[in-house]
Amino acid sequence: MFSARSSYAEILRSVSAGAKRRGLSDEIFPHMRTSEEILRVMSIMTDSVKGYVHSIETLGAVDGPGLRFVVFLQGCPLRCKFCHNPDTWRFDGGEETSVEEMVSKILRYRSYIKSGGVTISGGEPLRQAEFVLALTRALHDEGLHVAIDTSGIYCEGVALEAAMEADLLLLDIKSFDRLKAEKITGFTTDHAWQLLREREAAGKPVWIRHVMVPGLTLIDKTTGGSAFGTEKEWREANGELLEGIRKLKGYACVERVDLLPFHKMGEFKYEELHLPYELGATEEPDEQVVEWAEKALAEIWGASE
Amino acid sequence: MFVPGKWSEDIHVRDFINKNYTPYDGDESFLAGPTQATLDLWDKILELRKKEKENGGVLDIDEHTISTITSHAPGYIDKDKEKIVGLQTDAPLKRAIMPFGGIRMVRSSLDAYAREMDPEVERVFQYRKTHNDGVFDAYTPEMQRARHCGILTGLPDAYGRGRIIGDYRRIPLYGTAFLIAQKRKAKDQILSDVMDVETIQQREEISEQVKSLYELTKMAQSYGFDISRAARNFTEAVQWLYFGYLGVVKEQNGAAMSLGRVSTFLDIYAEEELKNGTMTESEIQEVVDHFIMKLRIVRFLRTPAYDELFSGDPTWITESIGGIGLDGRHMVTKMSYRFLHTLENIGSAPEPNMTILWSPNLPENFKKYCAKISINTSSIQYESDELMREKFGDDYAIACCVSAMRVGKQMQFFGARANLAKALLYSINGGRDEKTGDQVGPVRNPITSEYLDYDEVMARFDETCAWLSKLYINTLNVIHYMHDKYCYERLEMALHDEKIDRTMACGLSGLSVIADSLSAIKYAKVKPIRNEMGLAVDFEITGDYPQYGNDNPKVDRIAAEVVRKFMKHLSKHKCYRNARPTQSILTITSNVVYGKKTGSTPDGRKAGEPFAPGANPMHGRDRSGAVASMRSVANLQYDYSEDGISYTFSILPSTLGKTLEEQQVNLYNLLDGYFTDGGHHINVNVILRKTLLDAMDHPEKYPQLTIRVSGYAVNFTTLTHEQQLEVVRRTVHSKM
Repeated sequence: MFSARSSYAEILRSVSAGAKRRGLSDEIFPHMRTSEEILRVMSIMTDSVKGYVHSIETLGAVDGPGLRFVVFLQGCPLRCKFCHNPDTWRFDGGEETSVEEMVSKILRYRSYIKSGGVTISGGEPLRQAEFVLALTRALHDEGLHVAIDTSGIYCEGVALEAAMEADLLLLDIKSFDRLKAEKITGFTTDHAWQLLREREAAGKPVWIRHVMVPGLTLIDKTTGGSAFGTEKEWREANGELLEGIRKLKGYACVERVDLLPFHKMGEFKYEELHLPYELGATEEPDEQVVEWAEKALAEIWGASE
Repeated sequence: MFVPGKWSEDIHVRDFINKNYTPYDGDESFLAGPTQATLDLWDKILELRKKEKENGGVLDIDEHTISTITSHAPGYIDKDKEKIVGLQTDAPLKRAIMPFGGIRMVRSSLDAYAREMDPEVERVFQYRKTHNDGVFDAYTPEMQRARHCGILTGLPDAYGRGRIIGDYRRIPLYGTAFLIAQKRKAKDQILSDVMDVETIQQREEISEQVKSLYELTKMAQSYGFDISRAARNFTEAVQWLYFGYLGVVKEQNGAAMSLGRVSTFLDIYAEEELKNGTMTESEIQEVVDHFIMKLRIVRFLRTPAYDELFSGDPTWITESIGGIGLDGRHMVTKMSYRFLHTLENIGSAPEPNMTILWSPNLPENFKKYCAKISINTSSIQYESDELMREKFGDDYAIACCVSAMRVGKQMQFFGARANLAKALLYSINGGRDEKTGDQVGPVRNPITSEYLDYDEVMARFDETCAWLSKLYINTLNVIHYMHDKYCYERLEMALHDEKIDRTMACGLSGLSVIADSLSAIKYAKVKPIRNEMGLAVDFEITGDYPQYGNDNPKVDRIAAEVVRKFMKHLSKHKCYRNARPTQSILTITSNVVYGKKTGSTPDGRKAGEPFAPGANPMHGRDRSGAVASMRSVANLQYDYSEDGISYTFSILPSTLGKTLEEQQVNLYNLLDGYFTDGGHHINVNVILRKTLLDAMDHPEKYPQLTIRVSGYAVNFTTLTHEQQLEVVRRTVHSKM
């Protein structure tokens, strides 16, 4: 094998050996000029695992610890009403990319992500479990930290293997009410909890992410009516959320819970895709409520067991 | 007391520091807040600054006294409360006249602020020639044309050149008596069989240096201090050092009057006090706060036109902090923290221009603290110690924005910059200026093809650069000969060795415009629109082309090549006093003015629109996130731009992470990445656009809002409306 740091000659040798094994002529290789060309041919020659990549973000600071290269994979079976990336839903499309190509892209940013890492997100990345597993392993060979951002919907076989290979799992719990989750996403959260138990058993860290959507997973003034104006009343109305956080506290592997306020920055994408946007009338939660939620989280999380 | 060494016998500040400083690895928890005296003094200054602003930017002028080291009686803010004393004139924020760079500049400044030129001063300059007069006596018509059209621009031919850093540490370490004795000894050794120009000049200069040291001693005496002897404690060390600096800014109105690298030096004295229990941390911080406060109120009398070029009334009192020693120890001390902490104690401010000499090997605690200061104040800049240590050792400092030099051993002849975007247009238009139609460059046939051909344009551009570089160096030779003759920096040079390395610090502006223009010509189709004179005044672009700032090697390579080639051209020419040519990619804030003077360019930029500052990608064209933009800039080679590559970077706080702790760590990792990739300089603004917009409407709410522009910081509310708009238009990265 070779990596992005291999010399031109090394890559060439490796490619022509691969070609010979397959009984192909290696005459064309010396004419290839760029490492991209070589990588493309190489991945054909070696039947490298390929992924379908929606997009990349060269650096993110909010998807796992530190500065991270973020890979968004194409395709997701969930239809979360609050999704801000509906353009990643379709199973077809995405740019076909080999593990080697992706690794070489990522390594260009090595000096920035050395103490952060790589986050594989989506879409639902574990729909392309083989690619994710191979990519994770290749990145581990390079000494990089890998996080996988998943809803947990695929939690068996290779998908489970990939999810367990990650240094960190960013697990989205769509709702703390399993049936409400089904209404919001099309699926219950049973699989997510199952994956959480797997990580717990292996003692591998998880960060939970939960989007607070007024009227769906969050009761605030706009949805709860004027019934409450105080923090106490708000807490009473949001027992489900608080109970959910308490439940997470029972898992030693959960290092952190991020409560993400719903935002509508993805709304325009629905229009572009001619998809109905059901949350057009839903407002982003106001700052006071977000503050209350953060405070409740800190209290529950800080309290000793 | 101090560990002796080479420094005990001879002037050798680096040796003193190296033998005596204490690296500090801890965090900021030891720092002390402001004392009541500090707060009182600062309140007074804020009040005066408010009046200054209400008064149109200048509080008061002493138009009667030609400023020299000893010209003014002592001045105070509040004598009883000041731990460090000394003002440029007899009152805070009162500006002095310094006519030796050019009496014309003084005249028009006074005119602008409705003051009369004192007839006595006027009379003196009937007999006394200035630098400005000398330059124009020697300029050739070609130089004047190039200057007029702005292909050579910002030249220090009417004002002090600045960018020379006196080694102010020598005063506390040795006292002026020893420095004078050493200078005399040196002069005695400068003898030769033939009294050639070089020898005569050097002997005369050293005599001037000695006189300036006497005058400095006298000035300090007027404040009640004897600086002829070495400083005996921390407070004296700061006071002595400040007197040195003060003497210089009483005499020289240079474009950039930088401080050097003083904090770790001063820490040695502070450590001694702490060790002996003679001062508390709060007392030490108070002295530092008062010193920094003094630097914040250094003022020069300048024309509004000058301020348009260099916005925000800057003085570039650059202080270089941190870095790694040649012996591998980092040079962060408690004093590095204390200097930065002034931004917390008395609020954010553009001056002094605090510059972190960054290395991935700096202690984590310090990196984190710097990041915190950046996030909270946007007042500091970072430069690669890794790149500079290799060339300048471990006792260099930054002059102005990005120019490194060995302290006390090296100086530069400041050369402003050549407008290479204009040079590209001259290449297309046969040497004629696209705005005036004047024949400025050598006569050539203009390019007449319907679409521009890359190879043809490149060949012409190379010819233009060959011509321009020669003209440029020759022009600078005239300027610096005259500056030495009529406006010699005697005190700054008294604080240098006698053997000096000199560089001719050229510069180029419009890099991103050229890179994108050449890329458009190469990868899209560019059709010049010609006017009735046959000049290409606009361009039609068909198709997309790779743009600089997106980590795309296709265009980034072009940018790097332009820099390399221009440097090669500059290197061919002989410089005054055997200076070695270097160049910077830096525009200060003059990118707005340069843009105004430059016609439409083949990248799609319209006539009059601003350039991007320094080495920045054009506003809004770096769409691939912050890191892609940083990588494009880091791809430029410092070896061909040794005088610095300036990059200004703005990012939303939320993009850096959720909590302050995360933002701190992410920011310093971002800096580690940029500098590991070979980046040279970065200004960091962590800011919301809406804050800037609000400050434009309600300046009174933001008296201390500081932002980094191009190698320095400004108080945002002192910018012109046009400059404010330009800053607001810059790319603020919402993704990395």
